[in-house]
Amino acid sequence: MTQSPTLSRRSTSSAPALRKSRQRGADARAGYTFLLPWLLGFIALTVGPMISSLYLSFTNYNLFDPPKWIGLDNYTTLFQDERFLQSVGVTVGYVVFGTPLKLAAALAVAMLLNSKRRGQGFYRSAFYAPSLIGASVSIAIVWKAMFGDNGPVDQGLSIFGINLGGWVGNPSMTMPMFILLTVWQFGAPMVIFLAGLKQIPNDLYEAASMDGAGPVRKFFNITWPMLSPVIFFNLLMETIHAFQIFASAYIISNGEGGPAGSTLFYTLYLYLRGFSDFRMGYASAMAWLLVIVVGIITLIFFRTSKSWVHYSGDAK
Amino acid sequence: MTTMATPTQSTADAQVPHYNPKSESAGAKRAKSTLFHVVALALTAVVLYPGLWMIASSFKPNAEIGGGNTSLWSSNFSFDNFVTAMEGIGGVSTLQFFTNSLILAIGAVVGTILSASVSAYAFARIKFPGRSIFFGMMIATLLLPFHVVIIPQYIVFQQLGLVDTYVPLLIGKFLAADAFFVFLMVQFMRNLPAELDEAARIDGAGHVRIFTSIMLPLMKPALISTSIFSFIWSWNDFLGPLLYLNTPEKYPLPLALRLFVDQTQSSDYGAMIAMSVLALLPVLIFFLVFQRYIVEGVSTQGLKG
Repeated sequence: MTQSPTLSRRSTSSAPALRKSRQRGADARAGYTFLLPWLLGFIALTVGPMISSLYLSFTNYNLFDPPKWIGLDNYTTLFQDERFLQSVGVTVGYVVFGTPLKLAAALAVAMLLNSKRRGQGFYRSAFYAPSLIGASVSIAIVWKAMFGDNGPVDQGLSIFGINLGGWVGNPSMTMPMFILLTVWQFGAPMVIFLAGLKQIPNDLYEAASMDGAGPVRKFFNITWPMLSPVIFFNLLMETIHAFQIFASAYIISNGEGGPAGSTLFYTLYLYLRGFSDFRMGYASAMAWLLVIVVGIITLIFFRTSKSWVHYSGDAK
Repeated sequence: MTTMATPTQSTADAQVPHYNPKSESAGAKRAKSTLFHVVALALTAVVLYPGLWMIASSFKPNAEIGGGNTSLWSSNFSFDNFVTAMEGIGGVSTLQFFTNSLILAIGAVVGTILSASVSAYAFARIKFPGRSIFFGMMIATLLLPFHVVIIPQYIVFQQLGLVDTYVPLLIGKFLAADAFFVFLMVQFMRNLPAELDEAARIDGAGHVRIFTSIMLPLMKPALISTSIFSFIWSWNDFLGPLLYLNTPEKYPLPLALRLFVDQTQSSDYGAMIAMSVLALLPVLIFFLVFQRYIVEGVSTQGLKG
């Protein structure tokens, strides 16, 4: 690829230029050699599988017989599949309610911690800890035990005279339980918010104070715009992550998505279709729909971000 | 917040706070500080409660867990649950599950460090045609739901007869499949001064020399972050082992834990919780030892938990 320009230049150029073009050729070779692990992985584990999963999504494939082309049937069947529609509803509900709540908690606590006080490091670490273990099987088990009918949470609430009729076994309470699980992991976005808050120059707040601005004005006129790139980053990452919740859903619902399908998250249904029913084509169609939806959401985020995300580069 | 109204005070806030008895705001400041600690400590209690409840319950007899006991204290502390948990499940000892998890996690760390650092060097320090396109593709994989690749990957590994081995779980680590770590290292290397490799080049060093003797030693912080996170993520991974492993002898802890839950259901809560604690133990120890480093890493590199 890079050999030909090097060769053609060799005949006409002077010695330093020759050395330069030789260097360029050596760089290209070195570049691809160093990139080799990623390149191999990218082709074999990402691009290749993506193409074949797109193909499979138009087929009937059970892993044992050869794939049979059925066109768009998987996609049309999906929208008549009540369990699929339910899994979409469950997942969208989780993303729409869980992510903003989690980010609001993260931002509120980050603002609380954004001042020089003793113990700040301790609080930061304590609040971050759940993010590290939140998606583990252990925590799913603990959650299931704590929110079990008549479990510690029910018991604790009954002290205040609240009876919600159980959590794990109550279809209308499983979603709030999962939302609490994700909000509980507010530490990861909080730490990122905190780093962003520290970047905001203090003189902005001082100037605002001198103009008589209160905390609310300061928040909306300084903190929010200055922090908007970080808010954008957290919003995008947390949303994409939320779509992919799996381990906790699998464990808490015994791998079935119950009760009454109330915990049938998208990825759980995809897993069940693909790896329990061996409907690989159907599951591939689900996977591609997820890619498309995440792609569209990412696009919308980036498009709308122009109106509310301010990068410091623009201001200067 | 409300006492921030006067400009003089907020300047004082910004500088190193020192006690000034004559200042009018000293009392208000102390009240504010007390309020801060009350709120922060209350929040800490709520956030840490599930973890503490888990640890406390692992020492309690079954009867004290099942009945919705919210207390963190028991008069009947015992190690019985751990004894049961260590026996393992399906004829495989918990020690075996630990070893399996350890093999997978160490493999993940070694593979990720090797492949991600080499690939990142190419992205950050070598000019070659197509670099920016590949870089863009790598960034795109960060946002790609990996569910789109698991089905074909499974089919391929199944046809190669590699299901129920560790190969499918580890090969991606040696091929820099966690784009996140590549990205992290690229960002890190880009911040190192360009004069470093220019000087080395004049001295006649090639890319291999520059990479091994200049970049790698300087990248220590990024390598440590990567090691910690790839260890913990591998340790907690559930979907990968669930897909690829079907012999209990090869199970890592999360999968063993699921098996344990399936077989005991809620009959032996204590042992189940004790095993959950055991499964989290390395992560908890890692966190306690490296917490500062982990939290710094998140804030500077935007890692997720």
